[in-house]
Amino acid sequence: MAGAAVLGRLTWLVADVVALVPETPRVKTIEFDVPGWPGHRAGQHVDVRLTAEDGYQAQRSYSIASAPDETRIELTVERLEDGEVSPYLTDELRPGDRIELRGPVGGYFVWEPSQDGPVLLVGGGSGVVPLMAMLRHRAATGSDTDMRLLFSSRGWEDVIYREELERLSGGGPQVVHTLTRSQPPGWTGYGRRIDAEMLAEVGPSAAERPNVYVCGPTPFVEAVAQALVGLGHEPGRVKTERFGPTGG
Amino acid sequence: MDRLMLDGNAVAGVLEEVFTVEMTTAIGTCGGCGATEPVGAIHVFKGAGFVLRCPHCDTALVTIVKDDARVWIGFPGMRRLLVDTSR
Repeated sequence: MAGAAVLGRLTWLVADVVALVPETPRVKTIEFDVPGWPGHRAGQHVDVRLTAEDGYQAQRSYSIASAPDETRIELTVERLEDGEVSPYLTDELRPGDRIELRGPVGGYFVWEPSQDGPVLLVGGGSGVVPLMAMLRHRAATGSDTDMRLLFSSRGWEDVIYREELERLSGGGPQVVHTLTRSQPPGWTGYGRRIDAEMLAEVGPSAAERPNVYVCGPTPFVEAVAQALVGLGHEPGRVKTERFGPTGG
Repeated sequence: MDRLMLDGNAVAGVLEEVFTVEMTTAIGTCGGCGATEPVGAIHVFKGAGFVLRCPHCDTALVTIVKDDARVWIGFPGMRRLLVDTSR
Protein backbone atom coordinates (compact mmCIF):
# COMPACT_ATOMS: atom_id res chain seq x y z
CA MET A 1 0.00 0.00 0.00
CA ALA A 2 3.01 2.28 -0.15
CA GLY A 3 1.84 3.44 -3.58
CA ALA A 4 -1.54 4.49 -2.21
CA ALA A 5 0.11 6.45 0.57
CA VAL A 6 2.22 8.35 -1.92
CA LEU A 7 -0.81 9.07 -4.10
CA GLY A 8 -2.72 10.40 -1.11
CA ARG A 9 -0.01 12.83 -0.20
CA LEU A 10 -0.76 16.50 -0.76
CA THR A 11 1.91 17.72 -3.18
CA TRP A 12 2.68 21.04 -4.83
CA LEU A 13 1.76 21.12 -8.51
CA VAL A 14 2.82 23.57 -11.20
CA ALA A 15 -0.13 25.51 -12.62
CA ASP A 16 0.04 27.32 -15.96
CA VAL A 17 -1.97 30.51 -16.30
CA VAL A 18 -4.24 30.17 -19.31
CA ALA A 19 -6.43 33.25 -19.09
CA LEU A 20 -7.39 36.14 -16.83
CA VAL A 21 -10.89 37.57 -16.86
CA PRO A 22 -11.88 40.74 -14.99
CA GLU A 23 -15.10 40.21 -13.01
CA THR A 24 -15.38 43.57 -11.25
CA PRO A 25 -12.93 46.45 -10.79
CA ARG A 26 -11.36 44.60 -7.83
CA VAL A 27 -11.89 40.97 -8.74
CA LYS A 28 -10.37 38.74 -11.41
CA THR A 29 -10.86 35.14 -12.42
CA ILE A 30 -7.67 33.25 -13.26
CA GLU A 31 -7.91 30.10 -15.30
CA PHE A 32 -5.17 27.52 -14.77
CA ASP A 33 -4.13 24.37 -16.52
CA VAL A 34 -2.79 22.01 -13.87
CA PRO A 35 -1.10 18.87 -15.21
CA GLY A 36 -1.76 16.06 -12.74
CA TRP A 37 -4.82 17.78 -11.21
CA PRO A 38 -6.72 14.99 -9.43
CA GLY A 39 -10.16 16.61 -9.76
CA HIS A 40 -12.16 18.36 -7.08
CA ARG A 41 -15.58 18.70 -5.46
CA ALA A 42 -17.71 21.85 -5.44
CA GLY A 43 -16.69 24.00 -2.50
CA GLN A 44 -13.11 22.81 -2.11
CA HIS A 45 -10.12 25.12 -2.28
CA VAL A 46 -6.44 25.19 -3.11
CA ASP A 47 -3.37 26.50 -1.36
CA VAL A 48 -1.40 28.84 -3.59
CA ARG A 49 2.33 29.35 -3.00
CA LEU A 50 4.41 32.17 -4.43
CA THR A 51 8.18 32.15 -4.19
CA ALA A 52 10.19 35.35 -4.60
CA GLU A 53 13.61 35.45 -6.25
CA ASP A 54 15.26 35.58 -2.81
CA GLY A 55 13.41 32.41 -1.76
CA TYR A 56 10.80 34.15 0.38
CA GLN A 57 7.51 32.26 0.20
CA ALA A 58 3.94 33.36 0.79
CA GLN A 59 0.99 30.98 0.90
CA ARG A 60 -2.77 31.62 0.74
CA SER A 61 -5.92 29.56 0.36
CA TYR A 62 -8.42 30.27 -2.44
CA SER A 63 -11.74 28.65 -3.21
CA ILE A 64 -12.11 26.94 -6.58
CA ALA A 65 -14.74 28.69 -8.72
CA SER A 66 -15.08 26.18 -11.53
CA ALA A 67 -17.28 23.10 -11.59
CA PRO A 68 -15.62 19.79 -10.76
CA ASP A 69 -16.12 18.29 -14.19
CA GLU A 70 -13.66 20.63 -15.83
CA THR A 71 -10.04 19.67 -16.41
CA ARG A 72 -8.88 23.21 -15.83
CA ILE A 73 -9.49 25.07 -12.61
CA GLU A 74 -10.50 28.66 -12.07
CA LEU A 75 -9.80 30.80 -9.05
CA THR A 76 -11.57 34.10 -8.52
CA VAL A 77 -9.42 36.47 -6.51
CA GLU A 78 -10.31 39.78 -4.87
CA ARG A 79 -7.49 42.28 -4.79
CA LEU A 80 -6.78 43.36 -1.22
CA GLU A 81 -5.00 46.73 -1.18
CA ASP A 82 -2.38 45.85 1.43
CA GLY A 83 -2.27 42.18 0.48
CA GLU A 84 0.92 40.28 -0.19
CA VAL A 85 -0.41 37.70 -2.62
CA SER A 86 -3.68 38.91 -4.18
CA PRO A 87 -2.25 42.06 -5.90
CA TYR A 88 0.34 39.83 -7.55
CA LEU A 89 -2.32 37.37 -8.73
CA THR A 90 -4.70 40.05 -10.03
CA ASP A 91 -2.23 42.59 -11.43
CA GLU A 92 1.02 40.85 -12.34
CA LEU A 93 0.10 37.40 -13.62
CA ARG A 94 -0.04 36.94 -17.40
CA PRO A 95 -1.05 33.97 -19.55
CA GLY A 96 1.89 31.59 -19.73
CA ASP A 97 3.08 32.40 -16.19
CA ARG A 98 3.38 29.58 -13.69
CA ILE A 99 2.60 29.38 -10.00
CA GLU A 100 2.55 26.53 -7.50
CA LEU A 101 -0.62 25.21 -5.96
CA ARG A 102 -1.75 22.14 -4.06
CA GLY A 103 -5.13 20.60 -3.56
CA PRO A 104 -7.93 20.17 -3.64
CA VAL A 105 -8.21 20.67 0.11
CA GLY A 106 -11.22 20.71 2.40
CA GLY A 107 -14.26 18.47 2.47
CA TYR A 108 -16.53 20.08 5.01
CA PHE A 109 -17.83 22.96 2.88
CA VAL A 110 -18.75 20.76 -0.07
CA TRP A 111 -21.97 20.11 -1.97
CA GLU A 112 -22.72 16.94 -3.95
CA PRO A 113 -25.73 16.58 -6.27
CA SER A 114 -26.49 13.27 -4.52
CA GLN A 115 -27.27 15.09 -1.26
CA ASP A 116 -30.94 15.11 -0.29
CA GLY A 117 -32.85 18.32 0.20
CA PRO A 118 -32.98 21.86 -1.12
CA VAL A 119 -29.94 24.10 -0.94
CA LEU A 120 -29.65 27.68 0.23
CA LEU A 121 -26.42 29.48 -0.67
CA VAL A 122 -25.67 32.75 1.10
CA GLY A 123 -22.66 34.71 -0.11
CA GLY A 124 -21.07 38.01 0.80
CA GLY A 125 -18.75 39.59 -1.80
CA SER A 126 -16.08 37.16 -2.96
CA GLY A 127 -17.61 34.61 -0.59
CA VAL A 128 -19.72 33.73 -3.62
CA VAL A 129 -16.78 31.85 -5.20
CA PRO A 130 -17.25 28.37 -3.68
CA LEU A 131 -21.03 28.82 -4.01
CA MET A 132 -20.55 29.50 -7.73
CA ALA A 133 -18.74 26.16 -8.03
CA MET A 134 -21.88 24.55 -6.55
CA LEU A 135 -24.22 26.42 -8.94
CA ARG A 136 -22.02 25.48 -11.91
CA HIS A 137 -21.85 21.88 -10.72
CA ARG A 138 -25.64 21.77 -10.47
CA ALA A 139 -25.94 23.09 -14.04
CA ALA A 140 -23.24 20.81 -15.43
CA THR A 141 -24.76 17.67 -13.94
CA GLY A 142 -28.34 18.53 -14.90
CA SER A 143 -29.38 18.29 -11.26
CA ASP A 144 -32.91 19.43 -10.42
CA THR A 145 -32.02 20.32 -6.82
CA ASP A 146 -33.90 23.37 -5.53
CA MET A 147 -30.91 25.70 -5.17
CA ARG A 148 -31.20 29.36 -4.22
CA LEU A 149 -28.50 31.99 -3.91
CA LEU A 150 -28.85 35.06 -1.74
CA PHE A 151 -25.90 37.26 -2.70
CA SER A 152 -24.86 40.42 -0.90
CA SER A 153 -22.70 42.93 -2.78
CA ARG A 154 -21.89 46.59 -2.16
CA GLY A 155 -23.24 47.84 -5.48
CA TRP A 156 -24.33 46.54 -8.88
CA GLU A 157 -20.85 47.03 -10.37
CA ASP A 158 -19.40 44.92 -7.53
CA VAL A 159 -21.54 41.88 -8.29
CA ILE A 160 -19.15 39.05 -9.20
CA TYR A 161 -20.34 36.71 -12.02
CA ARG A 162 -23.29 39.05 -12.67
CA GLU A 163 -24.06 37.96 -16.22
CA GLU A 164 -23.45 34.28 -15.65
CA LEU A 165 -25.72 34.35 -12.61
CA GLU A 166 -28.46 35.87 -14.76
CA ARG A 167 -28.00 33.10 -17.32
CA LEU A 168 -27.88 30.36 -14.67
CA SER A 169 -31.02 31.63 -12.97
CA GLY A 170 -32.90 30.97 -16.21
CA GLY A 171 -32.18 27.27 -15.74
CA GLY A 172 -33.75 26.84 -12.33
CA PRO A 173 -31.71 28.26 -9.48
CA GLN A 174 -33.20 31.33 -7.90
CA VAL A 175 -30.69 34.18 -7.61
CA VAL A 176 -31.53 37.08 -5.30
CA HIS A 177 -29.26 40.09 -4.91
CA THR A 178 -29.02 42.58 -2.12
CA LEU A 179 -26.97 45.73 -2.69
CA THR A 180 -25.89 47.13 0.64
CA ARG A 181 -24.25 50.45 -0.20
CA SER A 182 -25.58 51.75 -3.50
CA GLN A 183 -28.40 50.72 -5.79
CA PRO A 184 -28.80 51.60 -9.46
CA PRO A 185 -31.72 53.86 -10.47
CA GLY A 186 -34.96 51.92 -10.53
CA TRP A 187 -33.58 49.10 -8.34
CA THR A 188 -36.46 47.13 -6.87
CA GLY A 189 -34.44 44.44 -5.10
CA TYR A 190 -33.10 44.35 -1.56
CA GLY A 191 -30.90 47.24 -0.48
CA ARG A 192 -29.79 46.27 3.00
CA ARG A 193 -27.62 43.79 4.84
CA ILE A 194 -28.93 40.25 5.01
CA ASP A 195 -31.22 39.74 8.01
CA ALA A 196 -33.62 37.11 9.31
CA GLU A 197 -36.59 38.60 7.44
CA MET A 198 -34.72 38.42 4.11
CA LEU A 199 -33.54 34.86 4.78
CA ALA A 200 -37.12 33.83 5.59
CA GLU A 201 -38.39 35.40 2.35
CA VAL A 202 -35.72 33.89 0.09
CA GLY A 203 -34.81 30.57 1.59
CA PRO A 204 -36.53 27.27 1.98
CA SER A 205 -37.99 27.24 5.48
CA ALA A 206 -36.28 25.40 8.29
CA ALA A 207 -39.08 22.81 8.06
CA GLU A 208 -37.85 21.90 4.55
CA ARG A 209 -34.46 21.11 6.10
CA PRO A 210 -32.29 22.76 3.47
CA ASN A 211 -28.54 22.32 3.31
CA VAL A 212 -27.26 25.84 3.88
CA TYR A 213 -23.84 27.12 2.83
CA VAL A 214 -22.72 30.54 4.05
CA CYS A 215 -19.46 32.09 2.86
CA GLY A 216 -18.10 35.58 3.30
CA PRO A 217 -16.15 37.81 5.64
CA THR A 218 -16.28 36.64 9.27
CA PRO A 219 -18.78 39.28 10.57
CA PHE A 220 -21.08 38.51 7.61
CA VAL A 221 -20.97 34.78 8.29
CA GLU A 222 -21.56 35.27 12.01
CA ALA A 223 -24.62 37.47 11.41
CA VAL A 224 -26.15 35.19 8.77
CA ALA A 225 -25.53 31.96 10.70
CA GLN A 226 -27.03 33.46 13.85
CA ALA A 227 -30.13 34.63 11.94
CA LEU A 228 -30.54 31.19 10.33
CA VAL A 229 -30.35 29.37 13.66
CA GLY A 230 -32.83 31.93 15.03
CA LEU A 231 -35.19 30.92 12.20
CA GLY A 232 -35.00 27.33 13.39
CA HIS A 233 -32.40 25.89 11.00
CA GLU A 234 -30.41 23.07 12.58
CA PRO A 235 -26.89 24.34 13.29
CA GLY A 236 -25.46 21.13 11.81
CA ARG A 237 -27.10 21.88 8.45
CA VAL A 238 -25.67 25.40 8.29
CA LYS A 239 -22.15 25.08 6.96
CA THR A 240 -19.98 28.14 7.09
CA GLU A 241 -16.71 29.26 5.59
CA ARG A 242 -15.21 32.48 6.87
CA PHE A 243 -12.51 34.49 5.29
CA GLY A 244 -10.88 37.43 6.88
CA PRO A 245 -8.69 40.18 5.59
CA THR A 246 -5.99 37.52 5.84
CA GLY A 247 -3.31 39.70 4.40
CA GLY A 248 -4.45 38.19 1.04
CA MET B 1 -12.99 41.85 16.55
CA ASP B 2 -9.59 42.13 18.11
CA ARG B 3 -8.43 38.83 16.70
CA LEU B 4 -8.84 37.45 13.22
CA MET B 5 -11.30 34.59 13.41
CA LEU B 6 -11.68 32.08 10.61
CA ASP B 7 -12.73 28.45 10.73
CA GLY B 8 -11.25 25.00 10.25
CA ASN B 9 -11.47 25.29 6.47
CA ALA B 10 -8.53 27.69 6.69
CA VAL B 11 -6.21 24.98 8.04
CA ALA B 12 -7.38 22.20 5.69
CA GLY B 13 -4.10 22.25 3.77
CA VAL B 14 -1.70 22.17 6.71
CA LEU B 15 -3.71 19.45 8.49
CA GLU B 16 -3.84 17.28 5.37
CA GLU B 17 -0.12 17.84 4.90
CA VAL B 18 0.49 16.34 8.34
CA PHE B 19 -2.24 13.71 8.63
CA THR B 20 -2.34 12.85 4.87
CA VAL B 21 -6.15 12.56 4.90
CA GLU B 22 -8.86 15.20 4.59
CA MET B 23 -9.32 16.58 8.12
CA THR B 24 -12.07 19.24 7.94
CA THR B 25 -14.69 16.48 8.11
CA ALA B 26 -12.97 14.81 11.09
CA ILE B 27 -15.10 15.13 14.23
CA GLY B 28 -13.39 16.72 17.20
CA THR B 29 -14.49 16.38 20.81
CA CYS B 30 -13.78 19.33 23.09
CA GLY B 31 -12.01 18.46 26.33
CA GLY B 32 -13.60 21.49 27.97
CA CYS B 33 -17.33 21.12 27.32
CA GLY B 34 -17.56 17.77 25.53
CA ALA B 35 -19.16 19.26 22.38
CA THR B 36 -18.46 17.52 19.09
CA GLU B 37 -18.00 19.43 15.82
CA PRO B 38 -16.42 18.81 12.42
CA VAL B 39 -13.02 20.49 12.24
CA GLY B 40 -14.40 22.72 9.46
CA ALA B 41 -16.85 24.24 11.96
CA ILE B 42 -14.25 24.91 14.65
CA HIS B 43 -13.14 28.51 15.14
CA VAL B 44 -9.60 29.28 14.03
CA PHE B 45 -7.65 32.32 15.15
CA LYS B 46 -4.73 33.33 13.03
CA GLY B 47 -1.65 35.07 14.37
CA ALA B 48 1.93 33.89 14.05
CA GLY B 49 0.33 30.45 13.95
CA PHE B 50 -3.18 29.10 14.30
CA VAL B 51 -5.23 28.39 17.41
CA LEU B 52 -8.33 26.21 16.95
CA ARG B 53 -10.97 27.00 19.56
CA CYS B 54 -14.22 25.30 20.50
CA PRO B 55 -17.13 27.32 19.01
CA HIS B 56 -19.19 26.53 22.13
CA CYS B 57 -16.86 27.19 25.07
CA ASP B 58 -13.75 28.79 23.50
CA THR B 59 -11.38 26.12 24.85
CA ALA B 60 -8.10 26.11 22.91
CA LEU B 61 -8.27 22.74 21.17
CA VAL B 62 -5.28 22.68 18.84
CA THR B 63 -2.32 24.96 18.15
CA ILE B 64 -0.40 24.95 14.88
CA VAL B 65 2.87 26.71 14.14
CA LYS B 66 4.76 26.26 10.88
CA ASP B 67 8.08 27.13 9.41
CA ASP B 68 9.45 26.12 6.01
CA ALA B 69 10.29 22.58 7.02
CA ARG B 70 8.43 21.76 10.23
CA VAL B 71 5.01 21.92 11.84
CA TRP B 72 4.46 22.10 15.59
CA ILE B 73 1.02 20.83 16.57
CA GLY B 74 -0.24 20.95 20.14
CA PHE B 75 -3.47 19.47 21.44
CA PRO B 76 -4.13 21.39 24.66
CA GLY B 77 -7.90 20.84 24.67
CA MET B 78 -8.85 18.25 22.05
CA ARG B 79 -10.07 15.12 23.80
CA ARG B 80 -10.62 13.04 20.66
CA LEU B 81 -10.51 13.24 16.87
CA LEU B 82 -12.64 10.87 14.82
CA VAL B 83 -11.05 10.56 11.39
CA ASP B 84 -12.60 8.85 8.36
CA THR B 85 -9.71 7.01 6.73
CA SER B 86 -11.84 5.30 4.07
CA ARG B 87 -11.25 7.94 1.39
